Amino acid sequence: MSETRDPAELIARIPYCRHLGITVEEKDGGVILVMPFQQHLVGNPNLPALHGGVTGSLLETAAIVQVLYELREPKLPKPVDITVDYLRSGRAVTSYARARIARQGKRVVNVHAEMWQEDETKLVAALRGHFLIPR
Amino acid sequence: MSDAPEWLKHAKSAMNMTPYLAGIGGEIVDIGPVARSRLPYSEKLIGDPETGVVHGGVITGLLDHTSGLAVMVKLRQPMPIATLDLRIDYMRPAKPHEDIFAECECVRVTHEVAFVRGTAHQGDAKDPIALCTGAFMIIRGGVMGIPS
Repeated sequence: MSETRDPAELIARIPYCRHLGITVEEKDGGVILVMPFQQHLVGNPNLPALHGGVTGSLLETAAIVQVLYELREPKLPKPVDITVDYLRSGRAVTSYARARIARQGKRVVNVHAEMWQEDETKLVAALRGHFLIPR
Repeated sequence: MSDAPEWLKHAKSAMNMTPYLAGIGGEIVDIGPVARSRLPYSEKLIGDPETGVVHGGVITGLLDHTSGLAVMVKLRQPMPIATLDLRIDYMRPAKPHEDIFAECECVRVTHEVAFVRGTAHQGDAKDPIALCTGAFMIIRGGVMGIPS
């Protein structure tokens, strides 16, 4: 994948991101991930609500995309650890996520990511994590 | 699992039919004190097309799902639960073309919160892909559902 540094193009080539329907959009000098609702993202059919694993996957992908975008690294950063806080139930609508690098070291970055749905001020979930930058 | 109560067997079957789990091709294999699930390798799980390694989110999803089931096992009666937080430590990349297993145990239940520890591995639990720590809210008096 070293031939492309465009995060949107790169994410489009990741099978699991395609499975979840995640796309990347550039907005206000940053990147935002968009994930439209699909039936196979459901964890609780009674509500219905998104699966916690889907929420975690979107947030982890947002963190990876932000690192690629800011560091202009051709290789995917590798997750070391992540913590996801689930703040409210993810509903059957389009989800959005974005991330920021809280601290960048030589080999490791600390990234914070947030996910929301219709109201950007009402977070559905948040992630903190460390990622290794491959050299 | 013949000694499992009816509601738990029902919960296992509902957890197996969860659209997300079915979509990634995973299945619950055991509902003993340690809840176990299995996820066969498939192309759609890939997170790094260069190496074929599955996306970290796949591991998170399997561990979250199996943790939820582990809480249900411990509760001894049907109650809805919700994930409060989940920490995943990625020990090593999952080897492509090999099944992934998740094993989770609810280590403590209080009136409102359940605490879970879990491991994801590829056949040898002593050589884990990832470890997880989770906290789940127990919604007592709520209508039985499946954790989100």
